[in-house]
Amino acid sequence: MPSTEFSREGIVILKLSNGYNVGISIKDAYVEVVKEGYVKTYTEEGGGTSTYVRGSSDSLISIVSTGGTIVSRVEYETGAVKPALTAEDLIDFIPELKDLGSIEVIDLYRILSENMTPKHWSSIAEVVGKKILSGVDGVVVAHGTDTMSYTASALAFALRNLPQPVVLVGSQRSSDRPSSDSALNLLAAVITSLNAPFGEVVVAMHGTISDNYVLVHRGVKVRKIHSSRRDAFQSINDIPLAKVIFPDKRFIMINNRFLSRCRKDELILMPKFEEKVSIVKAYPGIDPEIIDFLVDRRFKGIVIEGTGLGHINDSCIESLRRAVEEGVVVVMTTQTIFGRVNMNVYTTGRKLLLSGVLPGSDMLAETAYVKLSWLLANFNDLDSVKKLFTKNMVYEINEVHEDYLYPRWYHGD
Amino acid sequence: MEINYEELGLRVGLEIHQQLDTASKLFCSCPTKLFEGSEEGVTRIERYLRIAKSETGEIDPAAIYEYMKGRKIIYLVPRGHVCSVELDEEPPHELNREALTVAIGIALGFKSKIVDEVHVMRKIVVDGSNTTGFQRTAIIALGGEVLDDEGVVRIQTICLEEDAARKVGEVDGAVVYNLDRLGIPLIEISTAPDIRSPEQALRVASKIGIMLRLTGKVKRGLGTIRQDLNISIKGGTKIEIKGVQRLELLPKIVEYEVMRQLKLLEIRDELIKRGVRKEDITSNIYDVTEVFRDTKSKLIRDKLRAGCKVYACVLKKFKGLLKVEVQPGRRFGTELADYAREWGGVSGIIHTDELPGYGISDAEVHNLFKFLNVDEGEDVIVITVGTEDRCTRALKAVIDRARDALSGIPKETRVANEDGTTRYMRPQPGAARMYPETDIPPITIDSRIINEALKYVPKDPNTVYEELISKYSLSPEISKQLIRSPYFIYFYDLVRELSDEELTPQYIASLLTIHLRSLKSEGVPTENISIEVIKDVLNTLKRGEISKDGVIQILKEYALDPKKPIEELIKKYSKVDVNEVIKIVSKIIESNREELIKRKDKAFNIVMGLAMKELRYRVDGRIVADVVRNLIRDLGQG
Repeated sequence: MPSTEFSREGIVILKLSNGYNVGISIKDAYVEVVKEGYVKTYTEEGGGTSTYVRGSSDSLISIVSTGGTIVSRVEYETGAVKPALTAEDLIDFIPELKDLGSIEVIDLYRILSENMTPKHWSSIAEVVGKKILSGVDGVVVAHGTDTMSYTASALAFALRNLPQPVVLVGSQRSSDRPSSDSALNLLAAVITSLNAPFGEVVVAMHGTISDNYVLVHRGVKVRKIHSSRRDAFQSINDIPLAKVIFPDKRFIMINNRFLSRCRKDELILMPKFEEKVSIVKAYPGIDPEIIDFLVDRRFKGIVIEGTGLGHINDSCIESLRRAVEEGVVVVMTTQTIFGRVNMNVYTTGRKLLLSGVLPGSDMLAETAYVKLSWLLANFNDLDSVKKLFTKNMVYEINEVHEDYLYPRWYHGD
Repeated sequence: MEINYEELGLRVGLEIHQQLDTASKLFCSCPTKLFEGSEEGVTRIERYLRIAKSETGEIDPAAIYEYMKGRKIIYLVPRGHVCSVELDEEPPHELNREALTVAIGIALGFKSKIVDEVHVMRKIVVDGSNTTGFQRTAIIALGGEVLDDEGVVRIQTICLEEDAARKVGEVDGAVVYNLDRLGIPLIEISTAPDIRSPEQALRVASKIGIMLRLTGKVKRGLGTIRQDLNISIKGGTKIEIKGVQRLELLPKIVEYEVMRQLKLLEIRDELIKRGVRKEDITSNIYDVTEVFRDTKSKLIRDKLRAGCKVYACVLKKFKGLLKVEVQPGRRFGTELADYAREWGGVSGIIHTDELPGYGISDAEVHNLFKFLNVDEGEDVIVITVGTEDRCTRALKAVIDRARDALSGIPKETRVANEDGTTRYMRPQPGAARMYPETDIPPITIDSRIINEALKYVPKDPNTVYEELISKYSLSPEISKQLIRSPYFIYFYDLVRELSDEELTPQYIASLLTIHLRSLKSEGVPTENISIEVIKDVLNTLKRGEISKDGVIQILKEYALDPKKPIEELIKKYSKVDVNEVIKIVSKIIESNREELIKRKDKAFNIVMGLAMKELRYRVDGRIVADVVRNLIRDLGQG
């Protein structure tokens, strides 16, 4: 068996006839080579090759596979992780998909989502745009979960006037486990892509740790708020758009604030993203030189993940003023995650506003980062960028926070 | 049935699973204690498991796939016993080092060879008893042996694995598990199929059990040790039987399984004689509700009223065979019913070999045969009542099982009943459904952990037995009882810490065996008595503050009400000196003087009775008797 990263030197891993692996020291051992074999390795590029399985209904669903847990699978014999997905693999695991339509899987990337960059967003946006224009009935993007909400936001800005939903889906438990959440999530994603009345980019993930429903979140309002739970994705400062109930696979809307589907010829693709944008988290010992560094290195946008209502240590204000003066767009969000920034309440906030820092309202820092990156790449003049940043475009800003948007925790009752 | 096991080529292998008594679970920091409160209000979550068809392994993948499809699993999540790891909501933590050390110690005791690097594997389990859908398990050691009168029984593997969730019931076709037990470390000792007789199975299992107990690091009580068996005979099939909790049942289970295999082979031969072919048993399922429209059968009537229907399938040329008894109280029809229940979630089946019955009339039976146009003299009709979906699945399973009868004994995993018979549980998984647990890095076994493990290496029970007799002068009977006693592992500690001229090893041994056993037979819940309590009480005895009679009484009252502080009981039964006895007896005589004078010949008994009421267990009865005798002598003179 191939050795693992953790194996000690001088140990060979044997697979016994009962299926178990054991590590045995080869010191003083007699080794005879019976046969040679190789472990297949995979590149990160899938090259966009597509596979297809005919379904029992007329719909055609395109699943763009970009990598992550949802498409990776451990091979039993070698223990190697196979990061690619074919339509056959998918049907083998989720035969019910065929009832929903014919399935086309496009093997675009095989990367873990922490390795995604704005360049990847651009090509995903282009592939998705092309698929929509080609007339497929549903588009689903399989994605690693770590940065899925960033990509969702990116697509939400890059694909204007969507004629149909674009559904991102991931899984917190890999598909090779019988307990994987991927089957339910994928089924829900496909159902949503075919049935939803909206033309938005959404994320379909488990709503609870039971297999009872999958939530469909607005891509610009969703965040991964747990490192491992299958219900890690939750809408922040908004409610999910819809849910898909299992086992009956029922799609129901739960939010009546959404962008309706546009006509296909209204679709505008603006897939560019500016890479020179950074997120800076405010913290007690922050050194203003961090901001100076970004300005010196010609960064074009800075998103501050401020404290509370949108603050950062006074010592940074001078550096931020300089940044704005040199043409860097500086925006403020809050690290409290829930709530809205309001920079009028305390002196620091007022000083920041006077320095030209833009308030990000109730936008998630991630969404603000993606939005800023997109604005800087697609609009030439800073005034438009600044104006559009504070303006709601795809419901990334929610002006009304009702009480029930805030979750409840265990308080001893 | 008189069976010659040697002639039949009986081969039995054992898998002993024993929970380890570690502070925390195998892959997380939850305690290894079971939840004892009420299930009401406990959080419940619902899951479904599924597996890709191509990944089900060698044996009938379609069967396993079908088996899992749509089976709802409900998990109870009691607080304080379960964390995100058991819920499969967080990756496993590192392998529990305490458990690994104990497992290595045990392996050394069986002369098993420890591997150099431990690799945790995932073993696919399809019944929902693991939230992940697999059990984490690792081989710790290979080889080894158990010596037995009938010869050496080889050990194949010693594994460390996580215990499964505890099945607590079924509702509406969904299985309910409590997650408290999931993740408790288990050691699994698998023997080669070297066991040749039912009695040998018992001897070997009990020897392994005693050795495990000798480590002092295993859990006690029902359910903490479970035996699985692999049983085969020449021309038969290797059948897995799971979850035997009572050791005494092992010989019966072996005997009954051999009986079942022989009977199934007879049924096969009879079917061949009748010329039945696989294609004769058609897959057709019929709605026969019409036949039972006006039935007198309450069973069917009630369900029809609830909107159910009656479905049927035909087993061509099976007449009479469903009546054949394959195990005591279990017929071939019962085997089919097991399949119907497991696969369709129906409550059971009714077949024409047992009709008329269940309130179904002769006429209805005739009509049924006529309705389906099949031969009453040759065929069997199986019916079940319920929803279309469930009945279809149930009858399909019945048909498949009936077809398997033509080849003899299907490969299955069975589960033991209380009486030693067994019932169908699920299809037997293949060996290929095992793959590496990539979330846990391999663990190197070095000399440090081996040295640490030495303290857990159990002695051979025979050595221990002889040692008890020679070194501690115990009788053979007490020695035997002691080794089997749950308190045995503490015997050495107690002797080392406490024994002196009064408190002899023999006394300690008989306290731990005869005395506690007789309390138990009185119905006293002796499991409430912890070793700490025994130690406390014996220490008090050693200091001379209580009597030996007091020891038993204190333990008894404590066991009945373990919330009471032990100090209070010790005080209640603290020894009194002669002066105190004289005072108490004088007081009794004083307050009963008149009556005593009147009934002078009974005076001793009256005073003794009253005095003992107050002084029982606090002073030797003979001392009280002496005092009473002296003092009533005075009474005579007064």
